[in-house]
Amino acid sequence: MVEELLFFMEVLVGGLLAGTMYSLVALGFVLIFKASATFNFSQGAMVFFSVLAFVGFMQDFNIPFVLAFILAALLMVVVGLCTERFVLRPLMNASEDTVLMATIGLGYVLEGLAQAAWGVEVRRLDLGIGDFPVPWIADNLKLFISALDITAGLVAAIMIIGLFLLFKYTKIGLGLRAVADDAGAASSIGIPLKHIMLLVWSAAGVVALVAGCMWGARAGVQFALVDLALKALPVLIIGGFSSIPGAIIGGLIIGAVEKVLEVYIGPFFGGAIEGWAPYVLAIFFLLYRPEGLFGEKIIRRV
Amino acid sequence: MKPVFMTYTKKDLINLAVCMVLSVLVIPTFITTEYWYTSILIPWLCLALATIGQQIVMGYTGQLALGAAGFMAAGAFAMFNLILRVPDLGFVGSLIVSGLIAAAFGILFGLPSLKVRGIYLMVATLASQFFIIWMIDKFGWFKNYDSSGIITAQDIVILGKPFTTPLAMYFVCLAVTTVLTLLAMNMARGSTGRNWMAVRDMDIAAESMGVSLLRTKVQAFAISAFYCGVAGALFAFCYLKSLEPVAFDIKLSFKILFMCILGGLGTINGAFIGAAFILLFPVLLNAIGNNVFHGAIDATIISSIEQVIFGGLMIIFMIYEPLGMAKLWENIKQKWKTKISSSTNLKSSLGKKT
Repeated sequence: MVEELLFFMEVLVGGLLAGTMYSLVALGFVLIFKASATFNFSQGAMVFFSVLAFVGFMQDFNIPFVLAFILAALLMVVVGLCTERFVLRPLMNASEDTVLMATIGLGYVLEGLAQAAWGVEVRRLDLGIGDFPVPWIADNLKLFISALDITAGLVAAIMIIGLFLLFKYTKIGLGLRAVADDAGAASSIGIPLKHIMLLVWSAAGVVALVAGCMWGARAGVQFALVDLALKALPVLIIGGFSSIPGAIIGGLIIGAVEKVLEVYIGPFFGGAIEGWAPYVLAIFFLLYRPEGLFGEKIIRRV
Repeated sequence: MKPVFMTYTKKDLINLAVCMVLSVLVIPTFITTEYWYTSILIPWLCLALATIGQQIVMGYTGQLALGAAGFMAAGAFAMFNLILRVPDLGFVGSLIVSGLIAAAFGILFGLPSLKVRGIYLMVATLASQFFIIWMIDKFGWFKNYDSSGIITAQDIVILGKPFTTPLAMYFVCLAVTTVLTLLAMNMARGSTGRNWMAVRDMDIAAESMGVSLLRTKVQAFAISAFYCGVAGALFAFCYLKSLEPVAFDIKLSFKILFMCILGGLGTINGAFIGAAFILLFPVLLNAIGNNVFHGAIDATIISSIEQVIFGGLMIIFMIYEPLGMAKLWENIKQKWKTKISSSTNLKSSLGKKT
């Protein structure tokens, strides 16, 4: 009995921590949605692009770890700059769906560029944190939890707190919230829309880089990261598109539910149900609570 | 519902005649290399058919769906099992039934569209994509317990005659595509299509005009999935000649989405233009790579460049012409017409003066 409970705890905690990985991807998405009401479908591609550039800098040019990270972050700022100038600004008054499709196109461009520049083979990313159970926890609590999962959880927590403080207490955060509420009104009282957009896309790029590092350390830096990042979409639906805590809670729910289902129900169906379980979960959420757990109520004016 | 058959104008009939002459007489006489049939014409027809399915739900009804390949897989594997287990049905019968099976999936996964829209719906339809592929992969029955993962498709036999040469398969695809395209045009121009477009343009207004949202949306998803299912069956039996779930992954769904959007949302001919572009462009790019640069550029780089160009085009079209290539073509025609008519007007008015 105790052993079963311990096993369940292990599955649950593992799932929750793995869920923070989804949260990290979802976070970049929320950031952009919060500030510009744009569904950025290319967030997954940004994750892939940024971490591939990071690994590329390290392995192909032998640039040290920290410098490569800074370079990759700067590269993401440039990507943000170009996106603002060449994609978002011309589509300022276009409908939501049009912008969404343009970001699908942007995702394709980023994936293609990354592969043209750095090749298609799987690359290893070593962060110096092993993907194996932490001995201390394994000995004292009898739980096998990967060090990488714990790091991802910590990183996510730090980023959430940082972003929360930024949005709540700084002048920039106030500007961001104003733009999200009504871009036209915000620009008419002198909030520089261009700078705000640039800032948000750069921040989302850096978040993507961090998320990419975590994913890359676990699964290798490869194209499959883009598909994994698609799972951030159900996370967002559950948490709500405009809520930073929602992205985290959503990620935790998806991570925990998919692991528990996989371990306890999966064997009856031949396994691998985690491929679709999050999406089906998202459908149920959509039917009962379309705005998500923490999202703002969707009001459509006729 | 009463089927509405449109009265066709003279222009429509001429267009149809030209297309038929081109595809039935001109292409088979002038194109003799097998490559063109097996690698370009057959997949073009199949994917254009799937794109029409995507058009119905996305271009006409305005529902953002991203699961075309899932329905194609449902159609393809339904076809395989029907031919295997119910041989009396025949090829055409199996094709129709497999389309209907795909349509059942379409109804099931289209139901969330009653509640949500935009990217929310996209996520809901992604569920269908992943679920259908997983289901086929995990339950051996669908693959007739074949352990290799790739099953060879049965030969196409219609009325006791085998259709195995590329040319014969081309004609099978052509016949099915022609019938379904005409049907789609009929629906799009008739009351069915009017309802779809009313829902697309403003669903609340449509509902208050007496258009049933439930019926219209579910109908659009069902018909769309039917088209995708038939297209998937043809794709597997005429083009791939094998069945494997991996062939219908999310990448194919994205490809069809691109064909639909670049071709032109809300047009049937856009489906054909878009499919032709997405299929032919990589061929062109490879030819340039081989002949101009003599293979100096790696094939993986070429495919990456292709991806960049598709994505870039998507952005450019969204900014400058959200209605895609069909609209571009329409604009060019319009320009020519005004040019010709203005020049003839000028001549006639000049003629009057003198």
